[in-house]
Amino acid sequence: MSPAEDARRPPGPPVGGEAIRIEGLHKSFGTNQVLRGIDLSVATHEVICLIGASGSGKSTLLRCVNLLEPIDSGRVSLWGQDVTAPGTDPNLVRRHVGIVFQSFNLFPHMTVLRNVTLAPTRVRRLPRAEAEQEARALLARFGLADKQADYPDRLSGGQQQRVAIVRALAMRPQIMLLDEVTSALDPELVAEVLDVIRELAASGMTMLIATHEMGFARDIARRVCFLEEGRIIEDAPPAELFASPRDERTQRFLRRIVEAGRL
Amino acid sequence: MDDHPPGPADPADLATPPAGGPPEASALAVDPDWEPPRSFVRAGRGSRMLGGGRSGTVISTVSTLVVLGALAAIFLLAPGARAVEHAFFSPQHMWQAFIGNPKQGYYSVGAAIWLNIRMFIIAEILILALALLIALIRQSTHPALFPIRTLSTGYVDFFRGVPLILVIFAIGLGVPALSLPFVSNQSNAVYGVTALVLSYSAYVSEVYRAGLNSVHQSQVAAARSLGLPQRQALRFVILPQAVRNIIPPLLNDFISLQKDTALVGVLGTIEANKAADIYSEQVFNFSSFTVAAILFLILTIPLARFTDRLIERDRRRRLAGAAP
Repeated sequence: MSPAEDARRPPGPPVGGEAIRIEGLHKSFGTNQVLRGIDLSVATHEVICLIGASGSGKSTLLRCVNLLEPIDSGRVSLWGQDVTAPGTDPNLVRRHVGIVFQSFNLFPHMTVLRNVTLAPTRVRRLPRAEAEQEARALLARFGLADKQADYPDRLSGGQQQRVAIVRALAMRPQIMLLDEVTSALDPELVAEVLDVIRELAASGMTMLIATHEMGFARDIARRVCFLEEGRIIEDAPPAELFASPRDERTQRFLRRIVEAGRL
Repeated sequence: MDDHPPGPADPADLATPPAGGPPEASALAVDPDWEPPRSFVRAGRGSRMLGGGRSGTVISTVSTLVVLGALAAIFLLAPGARAVEHAFFSPQHMWQAFIGNPKQGYYSVGAAIWLNIRMFIIAEILILALALLIALIRQSTHPALFPIRTLSTGYVDFFRGVPLILVIFAIGLGVPALSLPFVSNQSNAVYGVTALVLSYSAYVSEVYRAGLNSVHQSQVAAARSLGLPQRQALRFVILPQAVRNIIPPLLNDFISLQKDTALVGVLGTIEANKAADIYSEQVFNFSSFTVAAILFLILTIPLARFTDRLIERDRRRRLAGAAP
């Protein structure tokens, strides 16, 4: 590996065994075919960014991995086990796979602390005091220590999204799925959320990230997948995909991004 | 990225006008003769936007006096004003109806209202529970629950469609006639409350259902994505938000329920309205109904004001939340 390439190496420990394997995944909503045969493998500690226009299937793909959407055909395996097979308890799967949504989806009737401790006390069955201690430590780590007693409405979008990330992390997931987590934020609030994700990547979190932030994808991802019409058109390291996209559709998408001043 | 040759199909080119010459007239063209309006003040009037202030108080006081005065004039100047005043607003009869006199064959309306209050409270608790159960069943999607889901839908259709007074008669006269042990030996107040619960649960379950639907699906997804099972997601995330959203319509139904306890009187139960009815039959004066009306108002108005305050508090809370 040349020094220039080494400097570009994304943060985090070297990749391990396979964490997620998606094979021939199809998903339709009514007559609308959203995913038309997705094949993707994600290694432990690997960060993969999904890019593509709205409606290309990025969000649906993430929701299928978390089993929030039943799939039509194909298979999703986690650590070698088919989790789309009948008999799988989705709640057991979700304990290990956190997801963060574009619109935060914090519980508006609970304080920040309660938002974070709800699942640990109910699902992991931690005693409340212990769950709160863990939650406070996580909130402090992401600069939210003084917000724990506030209700979500009182927080800025960036703070809400960081709380949502902390809420997912409180379940101690091994995989994090991030669904356009900065798309609903004012531009000046994007950086604080991206910093949190960088920290997660550096700590070795396996992540599948749907994003419109091309610069961020270039920095953080080991591989970038370009989706169009429910298919992965191109799957390459960011340096390759952004500098010399091979497929004509990828080229056209990136050209539009550049024209919009987003890369 | 690299330059690309502009072609007619390229969407980027649509934004720029063709080079050379003035732009052609179109719906988007700016009118060159447009001038800003000279004034935004409407001639001959003060500011209409500012309704409050001292002049607002004066206007509202005067208009209130005019309206009340007109109504009082119509009542007092009517040909039968004296007769109506005696029949409905006689202070002496009102007092007698209020305290009651069993020896004269009539009951105290003031004491009878306690039965209305008791029926209301018991019915309200049962309605809240039963209606929630019905709403949850109707919202469920599990195939195994299909029979009771259909049953619940039928229940709501039936009891919302049948007049409450018919339900009261059916329960109050039908259940005792069945001569079953225990259930056929209850007081009319119990049958009345049963009818109220059956009828109002159908309405209130629809209120609950609206509340459950008002919680966005993304909240369910957020709760489930954390590994919470359906039941816990409902209990900790969906239901608390749903109930918050429906407190005003719920209280509205309960104001209505307070009044409708008067209908149980048709079974012969001595509640406030029935006591007033007996007084009017014994003494041939309707002032007892005025007493009952005043007592019901004393019960319902505080609840109505309380509802207003909750709505206002909710509005303020949301406004405060919208600020950064």
